[in-house]
Amino acid sequence: MTIQKMDPQSAYPTKAIGLHKRRRWGESAIQSLLFFAGFFSIFTTVGIVYELGKEAWLFFRLPEVNLWKFLTGTQWQPHINEFGILPLLNATLVTTAIAMAVAIPLGLAVAVYLSEYASLKARNTLKPILEVLAGIPTIVYGYFALTFVTPILRSIFGRDVVDIYNTASAGLVMGVLILPLIASISEDALNAVPRSLREAAYGLGATKLEVAVKVVLPAALSGIAAAIILGISRAIGETMIVAVAAGAGPNFTFNPFKGAETMTGHIVRISGGDLSYDSIDYNSIFAIGLMLFVLTLSLNIISQRIVRRFREVYE
Amino acid sequence: MNRPAAPEFEFSGNLAARNRSGRIWHLVFQISTIIGILVLAALLVNILDSTFGYVAYEAGIDPESLAVDGISLEDQSRDQLAALLQERLSFGAYNKLNDEKPFSERSKADVYSLVIQRIVKYDVLESWALWESLTRRGEILAEVEALRAEHPVVDLVFVSWLTPDFMARPQSSEAVNTGVRTAILGSLWTILITILVAFPLGVGAAIYLEEYARDNWLNRLIQTNINNLAGVPSIIYGILGLALFVRAMSKLTSGELFGLADPTTATGRTLLSAGLTLALLVLPVIIINAQEAIRAVPQSLRKAGYGLGATQWQTIRDHVLPNALPGILTGTILAVSRAIGETAPLVVVGASTAISFDPASPFSRFTTLPIQIYQWTARPQAEWRHLAAAAILVLLVLLLSLNASAILLRNRFARKY
Repeated sequence: MTIQKMDPQSAYPTKAIGLHKRRRWGESAIQSLLFFAGFFSIFTTVGIVYELGKEAWLFFRLPEVNLWKFLTGTQWQPHINEFGILPLLNATLVTTAIAMAVAIPLGLAVAVYLSEYASLKARNTLKPILEVLAGIPTIVYGYFALTFVTPILRSIFGRDVVDIYNTASAGLVMGVLILPLIASISEDALNAVPRSLREAAYGLGATKLEVAVKVVLPAALSGIAAAIILGISRAIGETMIVAVAAGAGPNFTFNPFKGAETMTGHIVRISGGDLSYDSIDYNSIFAIGLMLFVLTLSLNIISQRIVRRFREVYE
Repeated sequence: MNRPAAPEFEFSGNLAARNRSGRIWHLVFQISTIIGILVLAALLVNILDSTFGYVAYEAGIDPESLAVDGISLEDQSRDQLAALLQERLSFGAYNKLNDEKPFSERSKADVYSLVIQRIVKYDVLESWALWESLTRRGEILAEVEALRAEHPVVDLVFVSWLTPDFMARPQSSEAVNTGVRTAILGSLWTILITILVAFPLGVGAAIYLEEYARDNWLNRLIQTNINNLAGVPSIIYGILGLALFVRAMSKLTSGELFGLADPTTATGRTLLSAGLTLALLVLPVIIINAQEAIRAVPQSLRKAGYGLGATQWQTIRDHVLPNALPGILTGTILAVSRAIGETAPLVVVGASTAISFDPASPFSRFTTLPIQIYQWTARPQAEWRHLAAAAILVLLVLLLSLNASAILLRNRFARKY
């Protein structure tokens, strides 16, 4: 019988109309190109780590420098071979602390106001204004700090107390720069808290303030903490405001009315002239850069961790 | 029923206090928001305040003394002005001007401005901001009178530091003659290079991550890496650009590779290096924005494409991308407007302090608007602060128009599913 001899496979004529998976070279080529584009950002990171690491290594191998004195020295005077990062780090921390003293309370208050109190109309006008504030180039803030805030500080506290260049004015303006960042991330976190929590609290007789502060804020705490840490990281890396307004020249001082150069400010000043390669100055900006990169990266990672680990998940 | 009465008493007893603190804090929250807005207003007012105001000029030579036969300088003909230049300037300087463009071909206004720049040589003695100029006019006039004791030829003029001339003139070392033309062109060149590099790479990466990438360690690494790069301070990108583009790739970025090297730019501190550095800087932002736009395209569109037998790339090219494009463009414009305002990385990459010629190719030395603002702000004399304010206005208008176009784009093409 012919029927019995028939190959069972032939009942499914896959070959005839080609339903099997065919390799399409064009598709594969495009996919590899797109993969390359995606992978490219890895090169950026590798480039940053490699260049910072290599030049910083060269810096620490110089006979004039040693790692311990770099981390603990209180003098940064390249011309007498003193390379202690503490004055630069200290100035960075002072400006950051001032900035956060402005940005955290104001940013949180704005976030609570926008998410809990403001009417839809007020919110729709206020949010774009805050976005404008966030979109202004930092050099413009630097100009503002030097020509507006510093004169005000000097007229309040006296010209002999407040230097023309001082960390207070740079820090205050930096706080304004970071305010929208903290406000908008915190507001997102507050908005993500489900309505039912608020309704329940109102049902128990809580006032609007009690709902906002005792119920919604704690529920959104992880997002707010992440926003604050991100703000700190932003403040540490901020450059132009401090380069313009905080003063040139490393100065180990806790007095916010004195000029002091931050890590970022120092890098900008040193590289402003034509920097010759392989000079000690050239290598030193990479060492400072590495410090800056490690600081900001770890803060960013902590912020991401907090969001992931402490997020309250609601049904 | 014995309902306890005490708690109820306590409840209503402190109710007034609770409501009061509620009202107080409401006010506090409101005031905080208003403070934010006030600062923005103060910032803008401060810039406008510095852009206009009185200036006391001193002329090197009294323009009146240059009048010929009772015809004042402004009314003289082009040839008369050219003759004046020939008479007053050194032979070499005059010939140099004539070589740049023969006097017979220059317009009268052009020659007149040369006379003002080269012979009359106005110099700023003192300058005042707008608010002072309006409120302390009497004192300013008195001060100018005092100045006249030492400087015989002093003119008090109310000026706007931002003029069409200011935008059209190249940079100069004299406050009266300087302009932002070189800086604007430098900014545009840099941004062009940035877009050409970052847009295709960024959109490609976003397509890969959203459409192709499976959930494995490599793709998770790429995604985490992009998120982390977005938080790296811009100055770090500047250091990377200095080491990578300016130094390691100087053969490419100075144009030597193409035989285009200008001896003055052989260092690699060129527009190309600046553009590439900014491209690396905005790349993560563009990727993240484009990813969001692509994610917003509904799955049903892709399924319909596959159902009709389209390949994955055909579906993406013909259906996903056109629908995501407005979002992608909006995100890109916002990223680019961030790049335009960037200063720190470009200082590190090596923006030039003084160039007066227009950039001619990607291998030219460069300055940009924010760099110009930084350098002018850093000078102690008041007139440079006024110029910085005028340049800031130019920059803000540029950014504002970019942002407005992003919003228009979003409203025009945004689709709702």
